[in-house]
Amino acid sequence: MAADAGQVKLLGKWPSPFSNRVVLALKLKGVQYNYFEEDLSNKSEELLKSNPVHKKVPVLIHNGKPIAESLVILEYIDETWKSNPLLPDDPYQRASARFWARYLDEKCLPALWDAIWSDENGRAKAVEEAIANLKILENEIKDKRFFGGESIGLVDIAASFVGYWVGILQEIQGLELLTVEKFPKLVKWSEEFTSHPVIKEGLPPRDELFAFFNARATASK
Amino acid sequence: MADEVVLLDTWFSMFGMRVRIALAEKGIKYEYKEEDLLNKSPLLLQMNPIYKCIPVLIHNGKPICESLIIVKYIDEVWKDKAPLLLPFDPYQRAQARFWADFIDQKVYDVGRTIWTSKGDEQEAAKKDFIEILKKLEEALGNNAYFGGDAFGFVDVALIPFYSWFYTYETFGNFKIERECPKLIAWAKRCIKRESVSKSLPDEKKVYESALVYKKIFGLD
Repeated sequence: MAADAGQVKLLGKWPSPFSNRVVLALKLKGVQYNYFEEDLSNKSEELLKSNPVHKKVPVLIHNGKPIAESLVILEYIDETWKSNPLLPDDPYQRASARFWARYLDEKCLPALWDAIWSDENGRAKAVEEAIANLKILENEIKDKRFFGGESIGLVDIAASFVGYWVGILQEIQGLELLTVEKFPKLVKWSEEFTSHPVIKEGLPPRDELFAFFNARATASK
Repeated sequence: MADEVVLLDTWFSMFGMRVRIALAEKGIKYEYKEEDLLNKSPLLLQMNPIYKCIPVLIHNGKPICESLIIVKYIDEVWKDKAPLLLPFDPYQRAQARFWADFIDQKVYDVGRTIWTSKGDEQEAAKKDFIEILKKLEEALGNNAYFGGDAFGFVDVALIPFYSWFYTYETFGNFKIERECPKLIAWAKRCIKRESVSKSLPDEKKVYESALVYKKIFGLD
């Protein structure tokens, strides 16, 4: 039974992992929503009106009221639709999940992104930084099935870039960042994560994502 | 079992101040430990191995890091102690988190540039800073506090920076009140709360330590 949505609209960009986080959360909760693909070179009136501060996607509009910033949106979704909770009940575990989600956004994802798009000059250092951050994640996942424990949680969704995008991007750029030799636990987690039926359905198709970023990589050379 | 609450902090840190305010608002007794950031204690390094920075709240031996995460934690653990810092309604909560996140993304870095730089870089930072504060003024609207009638999460997130305004203004040679009178009025309202006035350091002491810092690191 689909959860009662009220009116739920998502302004997003399909190749964006931040936008996709919201898609994954809505799908995990069984929330029906309307999706609008934004052209960021020609932002819609609705986007500019609903996120005047940052003018970025994703924006969730629920019953006409906008929420911006993907992690803020994820917590809102979790509080509004109670099935398949993304955060645990215990305050300490919640703080821990929020810490790791924030760490991904503040340190890990930027380091990975920098390494992927680095030029020859900065590559070695950027890759070193990326590897150091992946080590931290490897230590955190340990032998858990998901970062959230037995079920997918906030941190797993926040780490979708690591679990899905990195594999595609490193192949395009001929880099070896997330490998099974260096990060067996993280790779195992990424396989569990991406093969989860709801996640699999919610992630952008691999070949389309590959083509999108490959074009971008070629254009920047 | 009595709660054991320890705060690893540094007196001039806006982030540490947030936690002090939240603990004071809830009336939580805790042990304050001043960290020397140039000589970090083994306890700090053990409790926050990823960022190695303050503030860190240690509750019954378990560490919580990142100031806004700590404030949320305090609000959730001591939810039976008034006031509730985050609003009850999920949409209002999302707005509070959004603005606190905005403050984290923007205010510290730009403020820091003002007092550590010179010339064009400083001028650009001053301009950015006022723009950021004006956006916050807009969010405040005609409310007494960011949460409306009650002092809450966003107020806690922002008010510590007020103790650094004198430093920004003196190094930057400008007056924030001239551009953002509503925000200064809000700040003065917050300062009247004991939790805030007891948690914020003297602004002149902050300025003096910034002067020393600049000398040590050759920024003057």
